[in-house]
Amino acid sequence: MSFLDMDERILEIAARVEVVYSPLVDLKEFPADVDVTIVEGGVSSEEDLHKIRMVRSRTKLLIALGDCAVTSNVPGMRNTFKVDDVMKRAYFENADLKQQVPSDVIPKLLPRTRPVHEVVPVDVFLPGCPPPADVIFGALVSLLDGTTPDLSGTRFGR
Amino acid sequence: MSIEDLSQISQAERDARDAIGHQINVCVAASCLSLQSDKVKEELEKAVEAKGKKDCCKVRGVGCMGLCAAGPLVAVEKEKVLYQGVTPEDAPAIVDALGGEPVARIQGDLEAPFFARQQKIVLENCGRIDPERIEEYIAADGYLALIDTLTAMTPIGVVQQVTRSGLRGRGGAGYPTGLKWATVNKSQGTRKFVICNGDEGDPGAFMDRAVLESDPHRILEGMALAGYAVGASQGFVYVRAEYPLAIKRLKLAIKQAEKMGLLGASIGGTTFGFNVDIRLGAGAFVCGEETALISSVEGGRGTPRPRPPYPAESGLWGYPTLINNVETLANIPTILRNGPEWFARIGTAKSRGTKVFALAGAITNTGLIEVPMGMPLREIIFDIGGGVPDGKAFKAVQTGGPSGGCIPESGLDMPCDYESLAKLGSIMGSGGMIVMDETSSMVDVAKFFMEFCMDESCGKCVPCRVGTAQMHELLRQISAGEATARELALLEHLCDVVKSTSLCGLGQSAPNPVLSTLHYFRDEYESKIAAGEAAAAGHAPPAGGAA
Amino acid sequence: MSGRPSAKPAAGAPSSKVKTLTIDDRLVSAREDESILDAARQNGIQIPTLCNLDGLTPVGACRLCMVEVKGSSRLFASCVTMVGEGMEVVTDSERLQKYRKTIVELLFSERNHVCAVCVSNGHCELQNLAQTLGVTHLTVPYLHPKLPVDASHERFVNDHNRCVLCQRCVRVCGEVEGAHTWDLRGRGIDTRVITDLNQPWGSSETCTGCGKCVHVCPTGALTEKGKSIREMAKQSRFLPYLTMMREDRSE
Repeated sequence: MSFLDMDERILEIAARVEVVYSPLVDLKEFPADVDVTIVEGGVSSEEDLHKIRMVRSRTKLLIALGDCAVTSNVPGMRNTFKVDDVMKRAYFENADLKQQVPSDVIPKLLPRTRPVHEVVPVDVFLPGCPPPADVIFGALVSLLDGTTPDLSGTRFGR
Repeated sequence: MSIEDLSQISQAERDARDAIGHQINVCVAASCLSLQSDKVKEELEKAVEAKGKKDCCKVRGVGCMGLCAAGPLVAVEKEKVLYQGVTPEDAPAIVDALGGEPVARIQGDLEAPFFARQQKIVLENCGRIDPERIEEYIAADGYLALIDTLTAMTPIGVVQQVTRSGLRGRGGAGYPTGLKWATVNKSQGTRKFVICNGDEGDPGAFMDRAVLESDPHRILEGMALAGYAVGASQGFVYVRAEYPLAIKRLKLAIKQAEKMGLLGASIGGTTFGFNVDIRLGAGAFVCGEETALISSVEGGRGTPRPRPPYPAESGLWGYPTLINNVETLANIPTILRNGPEWFARIGTAKSRGTKVFALAGAITNTGLIEVPMGMPLREIIFDIGGGVPDGKAFKAVQTGGPSGGCIPESGLDMPCDYESLAKLGSIMGSGGMIVMDETSSMVDVAKFFMEFCMDESCGKCVPCRVGTAQMHELLRQISAGEATARELALLEHLCDVVKSTSLCGLGQSAPNPVLSTLHYFRDEYESKIAAGEAAAAGHAPPAGGAA
Repeated sequence: MSGRPSAKPAAGAPSSKVKTLTIDDRLVSAREDESILDAARQNGIQIPTLCNLDGLTPVGACRLCMVEVKGSSRLFASCVTMVGEGMEVVTDSERLQKYRKTIVELLFSERNHVCAVCVSNGHCELQNLAQTLGVTHLTVPYLHPKLPVDASHERFVNDHNRCVLCQRCVRVCGEVEGAHTWDLRGRGIDTRVITDLNQPWGSSETCTGCGKCVHVCPTGALTEKGKSIREMAKQSRFLPYLTMMREDRSE
């Protein structure tokens, strides 16, 4: 959402990049030889882990965007509990109907949710919950211009 | 109490001993006691009684004889016979053998390098006198230096004697004792204090315990002399509560010394008075740090505070305070009795005197030794210590406890003194020496010491509190083959941060075991890292990490 | 905590000597009983701090304010190191910046600082430090300890997940309020702030409910119940004024 807060400036970015993969792009497979990937969210499940490793291997520059990707933030709050206890809480204690742990449709949780950079190398960090649109814009522009992004406007939590 | 009174007691004690034909000494210090040496003593007494030798034979308990690995130890004094590994059942045979051939089955070798190569100052009475009788300490020239000094020397004269001896603090850092005394002597204060630091916390170290258990009066005499030299009338012995026997004997010794007028008001008829009280530590390693120790004696939480001001200027309750380690103070009576020049002739140019070491780990003769400073480590470990048992190869020796470092084979020919050990990346510390054989993993050794530092960090400053926990977790990952080069680099960075920014010596030295094992045994870290890299390349799921 | 007297002399004490020194190549002067940190601040040189708070006895615990002094390889905590004649102090070298960043990272990793759900988000001193020191992520792993929240007090909450163990609450309660409700228990990584003898805050018989601890707390560890993020901005500036008024009255 903060990304969209760039408002009309997003057109300026769009003119200079080609978006090859995103939840809004109808592409099943992550393409090869991507210049920049912006990733959100912590690494929670085995599927996440598989995906981020694949993304990393096909990406030149990886940006961790937002506190969930940078610190594991709210998803990481489960880390003080055991996975079994988390599942029990979600699918038994808080479920009225059909109390059971789904086994096929939901990817298996890792013991802990981890920030992206604990799993694969990350090149640029944009912390914040959410990171300010100005910082995102500034970082993208400087990366396009080939300069080092100024991250002084970033801040954990907001 | 005058010199004459002392020599009278001393003479009476010697006469009584001469009158006895056979003197059987049984070690009743903690190590031999844990092997039932009290039962051995009891059985020996029974055997003496049963065989009708009561008139010519006396059994008595003495302090630590040093060779703890071979305990319980029994010595027949005049015949110079040592028995080792004695069981209560051996008692009749020992008594039967008095005056004849010793019992060969359990006889130890007093000519062995373990005994022959040592030179004892601090431990001179350990294993020779009954620690529960003040008369025996007096008969060994005890309290002579105190009475002599109080009547014949000025306080500053005492400081000068200590300075000239070249004695350095035996607690770890090796700060010149004379300089410390001079500073407290010159500090302004309406009251001053002397504290004896007996909070021996290094794993594998038991030098102070042995002295306190085997020769407690030596510490009291050293403290009283220190009190006279710096102008203090009150002393505290800070002992860890895990040393119940040391505490019991120290209490008894204080009572005996007070009764004889060797502690309390106007000692030896002079205007100088000195009292000693005991304070128990609850077993926190950090309380060996002098400002944390002071806080603990004051009744506060045992956490260090930044220095300066140093305790010599503002210590216990803000008054100038002299803090010396047990072994340092144990040297004092002998130095004043024999003169500083005598002491300065022992050891090396910068490290004078002797040092007590506690030999532990993969070494044949586990126990307590005292040797002149500068003796090569190889001589200590292989000649006196008997080398590594079970035909295994020597790998490293850890000196100085958790603040020290691991020294490999290549460093063994260095003389054992403050400067050389520092050059090798370790420290003298309080004198713990843990020997490791070829089966030890140096990553695990570093992990063990880091776990110790993590548990013992007081939690006050951030780098030590969190840094040690992080380093321990990194070492766990490396040891388990879960880590990559990134974790190793992070470990080295944290070593630098914790060493440079921690508040007190505990944190500043906590990285030392890691740094020294990295320096000498980097290949062991790297082979673990290689395993970790291979696992990561195989995309094994990442470990969740320990909570 | 030992009740060590403050380094500052009582008002009316004979004026102490003045020392001149350089801080970051600027010539400054300071009273001999002033710390390097005091002298730097008076001259507009900012050194990062966390445990330090004007009005409370410095403890030198967070190690963020460490500085280099020429001629010594050791670093000095500027809050507890007094100025000296001719001292040459460096407050912002590359080495210091590196250490400070790591110390802030260690603090974030120690407990569960989930800023997104914290009432101090946006006016948190730990967050501020991360921003000024340029900490965008942690190089050390998160420890994720399981810690309780004590909400037993009718007006305040103590959330151990956000405590940085700066001891400001302990000091303000002991030194200023005089109640000594707060203290520390445990050691090392298991150190916790406690009320009374580790009893729930709400059942404390010594707590006067003055709220000073809440307002000196640099993070969201101690907060007022029912306050929104905007309302929960901490007001710690009452302290220097309070201590000054007390000093004057003791004449």
